[in-house]
Amino acid sequence: MSELSLVQRWRPGLIVLVLLIAVFLLLPHVYGNESLLFTLMTFIVLAQGLNLLYGFTGYLPFGYVGFFGCGAYATSLLVLHSGLPVLLCVVGGGLAAVVMGLILGPLLRLSGAYFSIASLAASQILYFVVSNTNLADITGGPYGLKIEQVYAPTASYNTMLGVLVLATALAAWFRRSAFGMGLRAMKQDPVSAAMAGINIVRARLITWLISAGVAGLAGGVYAWNLSVFYPEAVFTLQISVFAIVFSLFGGVGTVIGPIIGASVLYSLYSAIGISTPQYFQLIYGLLIVLLVLFMPGGVLSLFARRGVRVF
Amino acid sequence: MELLEYAIIGGILYGIYFSLIGIGLNLIFGVMRIINLAHGQFIVLGGYAAWVVSRHFGFNPLWGVPLTIVAAVIIGYPLYYAVVPRLQRSQDPEMLSFILFFGIGQMLEALTLLGFGADQRSLPSEALGSGNIGVFGQAFPDSWWWAAGFSIAAIVALWLYFTRTRLGYATRAIMANRDEALATGISVNKVSALAFVAGLALAGIAGVFLPYLLGSVSPDQGSELTTTSFAIVIIGSLGNPLGTVIGGLVFGLGTMLMQTYYSSWSNLVPYVLLLVIVLIRPTGLLGKAVRSV
Repeated sequence: MSELSLVQRWRPGLIVLVLLIAVFLLLPHVYGNESLLFTLMTFIVLAQGLNLLYGFTGYLPFGYVGFFGCGAYATSLLVLHSGLPVLLCVVGGGLAAVVMGLILGPLLRLSGAYFSIASLAASQILYFVVSNTNLADITGGPYGLKIEQVYAPTASYNTMLGVLVLATALAAWFRRSAFGMGLRAMKQDPVSAAMAGINIVRARLITWLISAGVAGLAGGVYAWNLSVFYPEAVFTLQISVFAIVFSLFGGVGTVIGPIIGASVLYSLYSAIGISTPQYFQLIYGLLIVLLVLFMPGGVLSLFARRGVRVF
Repeated sequence: MELLEYAIIGGILYGIYFSLIGIGLNLIFGVMRIINLAHGQFIVLGGYAAWVVSRHFGFNPLWGVPLTIVAAVIIGYPLYYAVVPRLQRSQDPEMLSFILFFGIGQMLEALTLLGFGADQRSLPSEALGSGNIGVFGQAFPDSWWWAAGFSIAAIVALWLYFTRTRLGYATRAIMANRDEALATGISVNKVSALAFVAGLALAGIAGVFLPYLLGSVSPDQGSELTTTSFAIVIIGSLGNPLGTVIGGLVFGLGTMLMQTYYSSWSNLVPYVLLLVIVLIRPTGLLGKAVRSV
């Protein structure tokens, strides 16, 4: 990687970012369903955020949605009680998710399936606490929260585009920086990486917190866009599942994999999944099985196998 | 005091049943190092087996037990040979199986939805006896005793299999060391396939009692049951099926005590137990205190 010049190293990332911005700024003028585009961006962000952790460290958080819900709730509570501008509240949502990540940091001592299932348990605990009727005065309990006073579809759309750019830029940085290379070395062989002087514990924690923050920001903007939501809407396991399947489908450990995966599968979902979710569930269950058995590197691995350099 | 007695006796009954809920998951993990994330969906299928024999054919719902065993054989063997050997050749079978069986679970849930609809199905309590059986002045519905009795029978059968039969010895040998078992001439693939089918059958049998213990059966219960099973298995010890009984009892007593004294928080029990145990002692209450870095 060192023989690449600065321009060569960062050009692919810049191209992807410019393309994303152009596509999502132009699409609303061509395609009328802006809320569908907004949700698509949300899922690209989540798939990318999960990719940052799973693709570069091998830690698969089944409870990733916990950070999303945490961001949604923190943002809404800030809107309701702090009087800060809504954008700052969204930043607060992202920070709350990072703090939650710090609290849950000890989970990183676990590996493999233990980690996945423990993170799932953590997100379920968050959900049951937030939706508990005893806390209805603070969190709205099962009735959810309303922040209609800041409802602004266009502004929240543009903000989500900003978060999307951030998440993609982070992935590009992971892909090309020394930090990201250290992560990949750790994933392949932790012992050698540690001997080569990489601080494994710190690098993993940083990645976990970045991944949490991305989900928290997405949750905050999502809550702002909806303005009225129930705990189930921002804590449903379906969100974790989508993030996992979308990034696996495209190909983890790459920059464009999660973008492609989310775009293709979410389009498929909006075409058949919303009216008949059980057929979509059947299809993506089958997709996961086929991916694991025959194409663990996702669709992008098809190109990589033919010698195309995948970014 | 009466409340406490009720919670403890109920917790033991409930816990014995829940050790049956988890034991199949642990058997499959112990033998194949495969995490069956579709476990809950197989339990749900057992629930529908009981519902179908009872509602459509008018039989006693207990006939769901032989029905699920037959179904486990029909589904289990092809599924085993289609995916398990391939998984075991991969670099990280544990993690890959986790994702793969998650996909299978999603498919099963969708198929259950398509086959039976999204409604909750319940069964009349009379089918398993409408009375109550009392112990120490505390009465519990007959169905609870049936579920606990069947669970004990299944667990004892599994124990006898492990300690009294040649196949059981072979199974334990594979659990202890797969490579050495292979070297001593045990047909690892055949024994594993049998354990896989038995694991699914145990899930199904537990499911037969689901409409009674949880009030109803519906397609969307699967993933929660999987997580609960996981909690129970990890509390006991992952890879040691009989340790699951301990996990079930801890879970049952914890749930019943919470339901009795702080009912609005009782749904947190399995998740909090899971997190606490996993962070303090990842190998479970009975496991050896080792942890990979």
